[in-house]
Amino acid sequence: MSDPTTADTDGETMHHVRLSVNGATYDIEVPARRLLSDAVRQDIGLTGTHVGCEHGVCGACTVLVDGVPMRSCLMFAVSAEGQEVTTVEGLGDADGSLGAVQQAFKDCHGLQCGFCTPGFLTTITACLRDNPDPTREEASEMVAGNLCRCTGYQNIVSAVLRAAELQGAGCATKPEHAAQEAQA
Amino acid sequence: MTWKLVGENVTRVEDDRLLRGLGRYTDDLCPEALHVAMVRSPHAHARIVDIDIERVLDVDGVLAVYTYEDLPGPLAEPLPLLIPHPALTHGRTQYALAKDEVNYVGEAVAMVVAIDRYIAEDAAFRISVSYDPLPPVVGIDHARKAEHLVHDDVPGNVAARMEQSTGDAESAIAGAPHKLTLDLEIERSAATPLEGRATLAEWDTGSGRMRVWTSTQTSTGVRAAIAAKLQLDLANVDVITPDVGGGFGVKIMHPWPEDLLVPFVARALGKPVKFIEDRREHFISSAHERGQVQHVEVGFDDDGRILGLSVRFWHDNGAYTPYGIIVPIITSTQLLGPYKPGAYSVVFESLYTNTVVVTPYRGAGRPQGVYAMERTMDAIASYLGRDRTEVRAVNFIQPDELPYDHGLLFQDGRPLIYDSGDYPACLQKLKKLVGWDEFETFREQARSQGRRVGIGLACYVEGTGVGPYEGGHVQVETSGKVKVATGLTSQGQGHQTVFAQIVADELGVRFEDVEVTTGDTRRFPYAVGTFASRAAVMSGSAIAFAARAVRTKALRIAADALEASSDDLEIVDGIVRVKGTPDATIALGTVAVLSNPLRYAFDKASESATQFVVGDPDKPPVAEGDEPGLEGKGYYSPVRSTFASGMHAVIVETDPDTAEIKILRYCVVHDCGHVVNPLIVEGQIHGGVAQGVAGALYERMSYDEHGQLLNASFMDFLMPYVTEVPSKIEIDHLQTPSPLNPLGIKGAGEAGVIPSTAVFAAAIEDAEGIGITSMPISPSELFELRRRNTEASSPGRRAT
Ligand code: FES
Ligand code: FES
Repeated sequence: MSDPTTADTDGETMHHVRLSVNGATYDIEVPARRLLSDAVRQDIGLTGTHVGCEHGVCGACTVLVDGVPMRSCLMFAVSAEGQEVTTVEGLGDADGSLGAVQQAFKDCHGLQCGFCTPGFLTTITACLRDNPDPTREEASEMVAGNLCRCTGYQNIVSAVLRAAELQGAGCATKPEHAAQEAQA
Repeated sequence: MTWKLVGENVTRVEDDRLLRGLGRYTDDLCPEALHVAMVRSPHAHARIVDIDIERVLDVDGVLAVYTYEDLPGPLAEPLPLLIPHPALTHGRTQYALAKDEVNYVGEAVAMVVAIDRYIAEDAAFRISVSYDPLPPVVGIDHARKAEHLVHDDVPGNVAARMEQSTGDAESAIAGAPHKLTLDLEIERSAATPLEGRATLAEWDTGSGRMRVWTSTQTSTGVRAAIAAKLQLDLANVDVITPDVGGGFGVKIMHPWPEDLLVPFVARALGKPVKFIEDRREHFISSAHERGQVQHVEVGFDDDGRILGLSVRFWHDNGAYTPYGIIVPIITSTQLLGPYKPGAYSVVFESLYTNTVVVTPYRGAGRPQGVYAMERTMDAIASYLGRDRTEVRAVNFIQPDELPYDHGLLFQDGRPLIYDSGDYPACLQKLKKLVGWDEFETFREQARSQGRRVGIGLACYVEGTGVGPYEGGHVQVETSGKVKVATGLTSQGQGHQTVFAQIVADELGVRFEDVEVTTGDTRRFPYAVGTFASRAAVMSGSAIAFAARAVRTKALRIAADALEASSDDLEIVDGIVRVKGTPDATIALGTVAVLSNPLRYAFDKASESATQFVVGDPDKPPVAEGDEPGLEGKGYYSPVRSTFASGMHAVIVETDPDTAEIKILRYCVVHDCGHVVNPLIVEGQIHGGVAQGVAGALYERMSYDEHGQLLNASFMDFLMPYVTEVPSKIEIDHLQTPSPLNPLGIKGAGEAGVIPSTAVFAAAIEDAEGIGITSMPISPSELFELRRRNTEASSPGRRAT
């Protein structure tokens, strides 16, 4: 854990935090109460992570911390010390094209206003790692902790299946459902 | 013309950016801006005795504190009453910061400006306001009783009373062979976009310009409000709507206090300032909708034909009426749906309560109207022992009766005349889609397994694309790229895609070459806004006109260059060519070069437009009446709204023990005229239905008797997750084009939500055999209804 190192002008004790975000190392000075969501958005400047409720219910702020989906509005920045954080900005393919989950959302019209989307993308990315070939029901479970007010979810669930298909798992193991249900 | 892209499932151009996390929502801009935090009233009704800001001034990082006393000039007057109406005899609006009295929990009382939101909130906590509490008025019953008043000078808490009728409903009912009365209730819900309200302002002292970015559904409206309230010239105010995280109506309300206060502070402090609403604030200070109590009297013949319909309802407008009485007007007119009662009279009272204001939320009064009408249809069918679809069918306006004039005035101040539609065909499609005629067999099967199922249907007609107008600007650059601008805003509807489809087809350019900007007053300063399912109809049509103007001009210039008649030309993929002569071509980009006589050349292409190269030396380079540039504007201002329609059916299963309500199937037949992009329209329907399910089964605003909103968080307000909405919404389209606009389209944004409350009430009633008269309904409420029904020992349906 980081030590208090400096105090800024308003008297709050500042803490030095070193964390990795999307593979790059950042050193930031933050008060103990600063939320990880705010640190990522404001101190690090990656505004793709959104805040929809700030009380852990909507999932819009979900980032991966050491690969695990976490609600960044429920985590202090100081507790991310030394950890690997992945945000939506880190989900693209190395060659600059959309990652599989992102592409699937585009193919299936899985987003409208796009505000909830980063939280879905990070969550699904982690879930598909655990279960690369979900049934429609499993796909639905993967996103069951995230709120979206625009889409009615149907296309998001299709996007999960489509992502699985794009990642190759659908074809390799259980070709029957992924291909059909992506269209459902 | 033949359409290539209009009507196709084109994937969205917006998506790449948003999927990479490169969207730009208001809070993503200007990280160095100061933050404001509001002090909000903890009381539903109180007099402000004193505001003590002493303890704030020594908080490091705080720059300023404002209360009502600090507001100058027009900013100290009540906020605008946006849509005045003669029936709104007692309209009231709040102050940007409360003056003397607060009228709902959440009303803004003071404002702190600090270097970040954490510190601003710390400081806001230290402001102590002493209040003298007054008795609050909560709920329609209390408002009607008027034992206490919300506003001392508004007798009976009645903001407005309005009456409309066509024919003599009272006598028609009195003379009818059968009569029924219904008493119905529907509770509050709210738009609840994932992104709350957000406003950022930057003042340039040198040039005296105000620049504002705000999460709104009307940038031109906010701009005009800021200019008026801050006494700035309109031309010196720019309002830009960046990406918006959903609107659903709540962001058409404007100006919110913060929309004015933030630019005011930015100017006062000479620094950029932002307000980012948090979730609790959204619940207690942004608008709600839906709450109504309704009383219906209907007289009908043996076939269920409605001879007279008389509706009285009471509408809860909250503490103030900034948006006028649009919502109850819509309820009172759209209630009629696809039907033609012999005579109709409606009277409503819009009532003050000490709760958050009520302004349009997706559907905007229609869900309540459809609920009243469809509950009535079901009651008639039940009374006569007839099939519910038959009773509806005998009341339908027939296709050959369209256009149909109801003899009433609609929300746009224009006659309520339906332009087109085919309701019998729609019903046939729905019956087929859901398997209406086979349902009894299914019910028997289910019953034999101890399961309880029910089916319901509901029909609606929705006035979309209301005026007054929208405009569009289309410009071809010398590169051949096409830039399009329209003034209304986007909140996720895919306007950039849809409008680019229209321009690509109209102009004959490649879709990839078209780039659309919305909601930026610097690019297009004349606009109304995005509401009432109007964007595609209004801006789509305006942009089509603009594209046609550009096409005409391009053909004229190209005809000169190619020495051909413009009638013989066509534009394909951005190339103008002589039909049948593949070699005679000129790129649209080159036409753009030629359209703008130049003195200076910057590249090879522009050389051809310079003064020694082109032009008749005896004529002015720009002909009289002509303009330089290959661009054009178009406006669309329809005489009245175009009426979309549709019907939904749902099959539910209710748990005999727990009263849990499960959706087995949800079917939609939808007619929004020509569909520009089915992918997007279906997305709108999915989202609308999800909100409809939410409003019917889950969401409500739980105010206690003190006016405290008990469920002001996502923990307690049950916004559906994927687990609560139908896993598959089955959709069929009918396309009866609108004769009122060049594309034959009708609005689609709100449709999904409109019939949901009605359709669930119908299906649950059908499953249970108990009258459903109050929505939304939770399992515990259904459980309680069952208990009371058994106790009352009276069989089955509602007494008639
Ligand atoms: S913002 Fe973190 S869960 Fe909603
Ligand atoms: S796309 Fe708007 S909230 Fe999900």
